[in-house]
Amino acid sequence: MIVIDDLTVTSGAFRLEGVSLEVPPGSYTALMGRTGCGKTSLLETIAGLLPATAGRVIIGDRDVTRLRPADRGLGYVPQDGALFPTMTVAEHLSFALRVRRKPRTEVSARVADLARQLDLVRLLDRRPRGLSGGERQRVALGRALAARPEVLLLDEPLSALDDESREELSAVLAGIHRETGVTLLHVTHNREDASRLAQRILRIEDGRLELQPPQP
Amino acid sequence: MSTARPRARRGATIHLGHLGGADRLFGASLWAVVLLYVGLVLAMLVADATYTSPAAILEALQRSEIRDALELSLLSSTITAILSVAFAVPIGYLLSRQEFRGKTLVDSVLDIPILLPPMVIGISLLILFQTPAGRAVEKVVPFTFEVPGVILAQFAVACAFAVRTMRVTFEAIDPRREAVALTLGCSRARAFWWVALPEAGRGALAAGLLAWARALGEFGPVLVFAGATRGKTEVLPSTIFLELSIGDLRAAVAVSLILVGAAVAVLVLARLLGPRRVTA
Repeated sequence: MIVIDDLTVTSGAFRLEGVSLEVPPGSYTALMGRTGCGKTSLLETIAGLLPATAGRVIIGDRDVTRLRPADRGLGYVPQDGALFPTMTVAEHLSFALRVRRKPRTEVSARVADLARQLDLVRLLDRRPRGLSGGERQRVALGRALAARPEVLLLDEPLSALDDESREELSAVLAGIHRETGVTLLHVTHNREDASRLAQRILRIEDGRLELQPPQP
Repeated sequence: MSTARPRARRGATIHLGHLGGADRLFGASLWAVVLLYVGLVLAMLVADATYTSPAAILEALQRSEIRDALELSLLSSTITAILSVAFAVPIGYLLSRQEFRGKTLVDSVLDIPILLPPMVIGISLLILFQTPAGRAVEKVVPFTFEVPGVILAQFAVACAFAVRTMRVTFEAIDPRREAVALTLGCSRARAFWWVALPEAGRGALAAGLLAWARALGEFGPVLVFAGATRGKTEVLPSTIFLELSIGDLRAAVAVSLILVGAAVAVLVLARLLGPRRVTA
C-alpha cells in the first residue's frame, strides 16, 4: 500500500502542492498526466530521491517520509531503465541481493528464477550495450524485483518501445502483478496502456490528483 | 531492434552542397592555417629527431647523472599521477554531483594551478614552507630542495589537470543510475563504489596518464622549490636545462627526445582510453 498525505514537492521551478493519494495493497494503479505535470517528481518523492517539502509518504504500515531510499522497501524502474553499463544482466538481477549480503546460493537461485520469469536466460552474460529497448526494460524490472519489494514504481516503462515490444512488456507486467501481488504504481501518459493494465487510474491535473472512473 | 547508442561524436559534420569559388577559397584558407600549425609541431619534432641519433640517445642514457634523473622522473611522475587521481576522483565526483554555496569559487580555485605561471607555483611553495606551519611540516618530512618537494611541485600542477578530466568523466555519467542503486539498498558511498566508479574507470586512467605526462615535463616549480641538484633532485627537464647551460646541446636534445617519446605515448593512450573529451 502507498499512502501520500498532503504532500508538497518542490523541484527547481516546479511545485506540486498538497497532494494526497492512496494506492491499495496489491493493486495496479496508473498515474497519468501531461508531460511536465510532476508525475516523475511524485514517483521520485515516493522513492525518496526527492525530498518532500511537507506531508507524509507511507508504504505498507510505515511512515517512510524521513527514510533513505534504501530503507523504503520499494523497487524503482526509471524511464529508459538506467541500466549499469559495466554490469552483465546477471549482475543487474543479483545487485539488490548482493547489497543485502544474501548467501550465494540464494542469490543464484533468485537470478535463475527472475531470468526465467522475464525471459532473460540467454542474455545473462550480456551487458546493456546492444540490448533492445524491451530487453532493457525487462532487465530494469528484474533488478527492481530481485529483493521482493512491497511496492514497484514504474516510470513510463512502455513509452520508448515499438508496438511489438510494448505488447510483450505489457504481458510481462500483468504477469508480474498477478504472480507476485506487488503493489504497482505505473506512470504513463498513454491512456490505452493505463486502461489495459491498471485497475485504477489517477490523474494529475493542475497540481491536483483525481481518481478517474474506470473506462468501459 | 538494437538500441546500442552510437559513439559520441566529436563534432557535427555539415554537408554544404555545391561549392562556389569563394567557398573553395574559404575552405583552402582553413586548411592552410591547419597545415601551418600542424606543420610547425611536426617540424619541431623532426628537427629534434634529425639533430640527434639513436646512438647519441643511448650514450646520454649511459651517463649516471642522466640515468638518475630518468629514474627520479619516472618514480616521481608515477607517484604524482597516483596521488592526483586519488584527489581528482572525490573532487571531480563532488563537483559533478552537488550544488553548494561557493561552488564557482572552488571551481575557480581549482583552475589556478593551470593558469598560474609555473615559476610562481614554485615560489609560492617555497614561501609556504617558510611559514611556521610549513617549517613544522619540514621537521617531519623535509620538502624544500628534497625529493618529496619534487613530487609536491609536480602534484600542485598535475592534480588540477586530473581534476578537470575526472569532472568531465563524472558529468558524462547519468546520475540516475546511482539513484536507482540507492533504491536497491545502497548507501551513497556504495552507490559510488559499485556504480559510478566502475563506469569512471577509463576516465580515471586517462586522468592518471595526463597527470603523469604533465608531471614528467614539469620544470619551473620543481626547479624553484626542489632545485636541480645532480643525483638528488634532478629530473629530466632539469637535465635539459643543466646540459644547455653548459653548452651540451646534443645531450639536451637526446634527453628531450626521451620526453617527446613519453609524451606521444601518453597522448595516444589517453586518446584511446579517455572519456568523451579529454581536457588537457
